Amino acid sequence: MSQPIRSKPALRRFHQARWDEPVIFELSQPGQRGILIPEEAGIENEVGDVVASLPAYLQRKAPARLPEMSQLHVLRHYDRLSQENLGVDLNIDVGQGTCTMKYSPKVNDQLVRSSKLADLHPLQDETTVQGILKVMYRLEQFLKEISGMDRFTLQAGSGSVAIYTNVSMIRAYHARRGEAGNRDEVITTIFSHPSNAACAKTAGYKIITLYPDEDGYPDLEALKAAVSERTAALLITNPEDTGIFNPKIEEFVRIVHLAGGLCSYDQANANGILGVTRAREAGFDLCHFNLHKTFSTPHGCGGPGAGASGVTNELAPFLPVPTVEYDGVRYYLDYNRPQSIGKIRPFYGVVPNLLRAYAWIMSLGADGLREVAEIAVLNNNYLMKKVLEIRGVSAPYAQGKHRIEQVRYSWEKLTEETGVHSEEIGYRAADFGTHYWTSHHPYIVPEPMTLEPTESYSKADLDEYAAILAHIADEAYTQPETIHTAPHNSTVHRIEHETFDDPQAWAVTWRAYLRKAAQK
Amino acid sequence: MQPYFPERSSSKKRLGLIVNPVAGLGGRVGLKGSDGAEIQRKARLLGAVPEVEERVLRALEALLPMKGDLDLLTCPGEMGERAARRCGFEPFVTGSITPGATTAADTHRAAQSMADAQVDLLLFAGGDGTARDIYAAIGAVLPALGIPAGVKIHSAVFAINPRSAGELALEYLKSRAPRFREAEVVDLDEDAYRVGDGSTCLYGYLRVPFRRNLVQNQKVPTPGSEAVQAQAVAADFVESMQKGWLYILGPGTTIRAIAQLLGMPKTLVGVDAVSCEEMIALDASEHQLLELLEHWPAKIVVTPIGGQGFLLGRGNQQISPRVIHKVGKGNILVVSLIQKLNALRGRPLLVDTGDPVLDKTLTGYISVTTGHHEKVIYQVRS
Repeated sequence: MSQPIRSKPALRRFHQARWDEPVIFELSQPGQRGILIPEEAGIENEVGDVVASLPAYLQRKAPARLPEMSQLHVLRHYDRLSQENLGVDLNIDVGQGTCTMKYSPKVNDQLVRSSKLADLHPLQDETTVQGILKVMYRLEQFLKEISGMDRFTLQAGSGSVAIYTNVSMIRAYHARRGEAGNRDEVITTIFSHPSNAACAKTAGYKIITLYPDEDGYPDLEALKAAVSERTAALLITNPEDTGIFNPKIEEFVRIVHLAGGLCSYDQANANGILGVTRAREAGFDLCHFNLHKTFSTPHGCGGPGAGASGVTNELAPFLPVPTVEYDGVRYYLDYNRPQSIGKIRPFYGVVPNLLRAYAWIMSLGADGLREVAEIAVLNNNYLMKKVLEIRGVSAPYAQGKHRIEQVRYSWEKLTEETGVHSEEIGYRAADFGTHYWTSHHPYIVPEPMTLEPTESYSKADLDEYAAILAHIADEAYTQPETIHTAPHNSTVHRIEHETFDDPQAWAVTWRAYLRKAAQK
Repeated sequence: MQPYFPERSSSKKRLGLIVNPVAGLGGRVGLKGSDGAEIQRKARLLGAVPEVEERVLRALEALLPMKGDLDLLTCPGEMGERAARRCGFEPFVTGSITPGATTAADTHRAAQSMADAQVDLLLFAGGDGTARDIYAAIGAVLPALGIPAGVKIHSAVFAINPRSAGELALEYLKSRAPRFREAEVVDLDEDAYRVGDGSTCLYGYLRVPFRRNLVQNQKVPTPGSEAVQAQAVAADFVESMQKGWLYILGPGTTIRAIAQLLGMPKTLVGVDAVSCEEMIALDASEHQLLELLEHWPAKIVVTPIGGQGFLLGRGNQQISPRVIHKVGKGNILVVSLIQKLNALRGRPLLVDTGDPVLDKTLTGYISVTTGHHEKVIYQVRS
């Protein structure tokens, strides 16, 4: 006798693989090999001892302690790890707000893997790499059009490096005017991406941070109190990490300019404003994009990304060398820029990502870019409406207003009423096969969650994500233990935060692990 | 009666619990506090019912998961035993009380017993007065944490609500590497408060367990400990000190870091005066400050005191309107840990010097030093 087929539950029944997979160094077996290279006496006779020709300081005294493994075991190791992971290509990755986790079309990876790019060497003569120089030159033209700025450099390997590049150009500009010593303060807002304060601080500036006004917008009066003859620059993100667009952005720029400072626009995440507003029209002197956010190149799990820094003609002399130029016939690299801040990265940037971004822009065209922004904003406001229907969640600041491309929510009420924290919602969300994080710095919004749906996700995706959150909130009120003990179906279990405070308790390399373990 | 707490069991943690049974009594009936037998009698006449026990229950419930690994030490009846038993604990009980007529002296004795028994954590329910009593009895020898139940909760030793007090206690007792912060015990003089004269004193600091902010996540590195941040603030400040100036240092741990960096002593709850070279006056009164100001150009350094964000007029009344007038508004410097500003949740910093006209001139936007070469522009209101 057969049982009736039961319908599926409302939420996906997910169960992640858990392999207890050791670190690859622990899997090493002395003598195991992936490939046995035949000894060819003929070749050796022909080329001699290749190692002997290396300078002594480049020769290893002892072989590198690499893991020794067969091909099968290497493949199996990484396949297992990949099964213990989540990511844009696997789940509805809207839970990593501010990071713009959009889909990166796979065709662009095929272009990058093609021998036309993969076989290039950065030291080739420029006459032999006209194609990639053309791509870089044209990508710069696109970014100029998108931002309104006059010149770009594509060298930065990350968004923070792009900000640091901008700070360096700001310093060069003031130095040129004999003001470098006097102008030692950089102003930012608390909800600008924290890299702005961090880069300026690292570059030696004093940091002044503005808090939001009563309505949750960047506080213009606070800015007026902050500017002075010491102001080097304003570094500001807009929309801020709360998803709120600064309605007085032009006024901010005007006040800083009046004080003699420059204005740098953090557009790392320009996903909500592509083709809608431009840094130039808001009066900015500099801006930067993260190609790995807005322009769909992969984040690469922390790098390498790609940053693009844009400037007005007034600041163009300070751009890093080399710039990519075109004389009407050929493309070439220009190192003859005496006021340049110098090089900020070996060679020319993360070229595979530049090609991906170029291909992405080409595939969309100007109208397509604007459509990206429109859908990203629409998706975000649709998701916000669904999320705010869930018990215990709110969207602090600028109450009742729409957001641009992301929202920083707060579960404060849910925590007060149930004892369930935002971090735990993340653990439980993993049980439904999706990723969720709390939020990054600053720690102002209690029990935060930042969602950024981008243009990549369908209405069904957003409905599913909202349903997962609604389910978890309901559990918080009815059976909080389920959440306190989560995750139940996922790989990664709870993390003891105290461990991170003790450097002896963790290691980021195998060598450090061995050293610290031996000390115990 | 001698405490008869058992020998310490190596495998179990010891939690002390002291409940001030009349905490919060005066609040609901508008008496602005519950200190003293007369006020408590009045409150009861007005129909006040103690709610503290319910709050204690909410905190203890969070500790149930480690009930078997915990020795709970408490006081008789309404001072802890009853709540503990209602929650399912089997507590060890010390001392004796007169039900319905407990006083601050009972709290003192209980705190002393907990100190003798070397509990791992002293959990107490009450308000600022209770915190003050415990501090007065045993100082900071024990880690302590307040379950907020009183009318006045200005001290930083309280969790934000009873449940989080329980959670924090649980996390702390389970932790292998517990962390602490020094938290202010401030209290208002209730008699003065009732006649409209708000005068808060800073009594001292208790060591409370510190929970990593749960908005913490994996993308950002560990924030520097508060002590390191205070050192950064101090480094910034000391860099800016000028010869020939007097620096009037208000109370607080952040300002203590300045004195430490200068290699000078600091009265934690008092006002000191230093130059960049030497200590000029310890625990100075308004009168002493005014005398010094006859001879020195001066700057005042203050940090927000208590949970309400008072810069002036709470716990540092020695820095009086006359002192401020003499020093000049432009010479008031503000330092703070960033968490302290963030804890205000957007509310402005406050001044209440007792001179409304002066207060008005002190309002507006000020610059607050929050680290080495780091400042925040923040609003001040009176």
